Amino acid sequence: MISFRRTAALVALAVAASAAAQSPEQIERGRASYEYWCAPCHGPGIGNNGAQHLPGTDALRVKYRGALPALLTERTDMAPDLVKTYVRQGITVMPFFRKTEIDDTELEAIAAYLTRNNPRPDR
Amino acid sequence: MPTLPRGLTETDFNTALDQFAAALGAEHVVTVDEDVALYRDAYSPLWNEPSELVASAAVVPTTVEQVQAIVRIANAHRIPLYPIATGKNLGYGGSAPNLSGSVVVDLKRMNRIIEVDDRRGFALVEPGVSYFDLYRHIEERGLKVWIDCPDPGWGSPVGNALDHGVGYTFGPFRDHFGSHCGMEVVLANGEVLRTGMGALPKAQSWQEYRYGFGPYVDGLFGQGNFGIVTKMGFWLMPQPEAYRAGLVLVPRRRDLIALVDHVNYLEHASLIGQPNYGCPLQRLVATEPELRALLEKPGGPTDDELDRFAASHGSAVWQCELQFYGPARTVDVNWEYAKERIAAAIPGARFEERESYRFPLSPQDKEGVPHKVALGIPNMAIFSIGARSEANPSPRDGHLWFAPVIPKSGEAILECQRVLGEVYRELGMGGSAFLQTPATWHFRAFIMLVGFSISRTDPAVNHRSLENFRRVVEVAAEHGWGEYRSPPVMADTIMSTYSFNDHALRRFCETLKDAADPNGIIAAGRGGIWPRYLRETPR
Repeated sequence: MISFRRTAALVALAVAASAAAQSPEQIERGRASYEYWCAPCHGPGIGNNGAQHLPGTDALRVKYRGALPALLTERTDMAPDLVKTYVRQGITVMPFFRKTEIDDTELEAIAAYLTRNNPRPDR
Repeated sequence: MPTLPRGLTETDFNTALDQFAAALGAEHVVTVDEDVALYRDAYSPLWNEPSELVASAAVVPTTVEQVQAIVRIANAHRIPLYPIATGKNLGYGGSAPNLSGSVVVDLKRMNRIIEVDDRRGFALVEPGVSYFDLYRHIEERGLKVWIDCPDPGWGSPVGNALDHGVGYTFGPFRDHFGSHCGMEVVLANGEVLRTGMGALPKAQSWQEYRYGFGPYVDGLFGQGNFGIVTKMGFWLMPQPEAYRAGLVLVPRRRDLIALVDHVNYLEHASLIGQPNYGCPLQRLVATEPELRALLEKPGGPTDDELDRFAASHGSAVWQCELQFYGPARTVDVNWEYAKERIAAAIPGARFEERESYRFPLSPQDKEGVPHKVALGIPNMAIFSIGARSEANPSPRDGHLWFAPVIPKSGEAILECQRVLGEVYRELGMGGSAFLQTPATWHFRAFIMLVGFSISRTDPAVNHRSLENFRRVVEVAAEHGWGEYRSPPVMADTIMSTYSFNDHALRRFCETLKDAADPNGIIAAGRGGIWPRYLRETPR
């Protein structure tokens, strides 16, 4: 059985979050996949029974208290592998996703979309 | 090394995997450990324990013929299969099997919306279609029907209905199995069965008349293990012209009895959709020591004590949101009628206006709807329950629910509050059972929810949750209240409470199971029904 060494993996992935090479087509595919799979929890908009935020957005807002944006689309600090790790390992009540839901190509695209604004190493 | 199906050698298992690959294509057979691990139940109370229910592999068909091929191969090798639809039944097993070593049949890629007819009011879909998908299909085509969806929109209409899932709009549509009409099933022998009018080869009304002729067998496939459902029809609600909601507040504890009676009348007469009961005193628990002391008393507060506290704080004791759907003129008149009826019956009842909409809504208007599922709009906002928030800064990793069915009366609610209050005290669970109101998804019964936490890092949390779950099941059964739906790990416990006449129901299902699936390959253990070879020897 797989043993998820989550904490160590995430710490390792939280560094060196510079943007990898991404094509506009891949980023657009990633945006569409993000809107379908991720935005219903991590997007803007009101939450359950009129709560101020959607649950994923609220969770990150409370976690980071303004140190990082609550909206994933506004983050510039995540490495692509960090995005992929959360999708494949889940976190608290967010479950992991099977490859029949988000395959590896689609996940690469989501990661490309969410890291599109990361600082580039050559700048 | 995967957890192999019981009694199978690695060589035989690999032979079966090769045959699956020949039938589906190797890319549709999941065998790599890290990919198979994605079929674990993210909310498993057995997480990382030797007894965790895990798959040995997964297969991903895209056609009915491929499902038939999978079943035939499994039969030849006696490999247990476990079908999932979108695999998002979190809290009820997710995408993991009931029996470790099963090969998961992942139907997510069977995702065709075959038909939506907004004149006759039905849809026909495959299991991999989600509520989001079906809603989008209807919206993009401007069809004049609504879906009824459960809280998380990523679920499957087929999978949810087969687990007796529920929703939030109008009357019988909330019962997702009850509002299905016709199904296609691959049986354990590989044959394809169509139920109801679907058994008539040239039928034009498969999704309109559910019974066809002869015994009605669809129920066997709900929470059952008699086949793999590959298509299912659903009745859809016509898009109403208008919606409005109003709140009823009543001042005394025992007003609940009359309130439920009148709301029952309104609902059963199809004047309202789902009624939402609540207790306005809940918001005072955190700030009022006097209320907490009353709730913590052995036996809970008396009626007079609770009524006096509520009156002294200007609060009602109970409330119920009434939701009206239909022509604009009708919903207005029905709200007026409801107010007159309840005001005449319950002295001191008050009424407040709530949301009002005309349809269709603009995208901006939809975004502003606070409880979207009441309008059949799928979303994921329910994950605020359990996710990190100001009120829950240290979230757990999931949950289980005990959800016993109780009678649809105020007396039953008050009795269940008292009994649950005693159990919460006995188990040290905390919580205010005396203010708890029922979930009202079902048209003809109430549910009293009891939640349990899950941790992926602290097994003690899970052990305690399971112990408490078992105790609450036992106490509820003593009072005639039984669970409507179960996580795999509790299915046997719950089925054992449905024990009338020496477990005649379970024994009858076992007889059918042995006849229809003699090798016991389909979803062993689902619904507490095990095939003969797993009944006769320890699992």
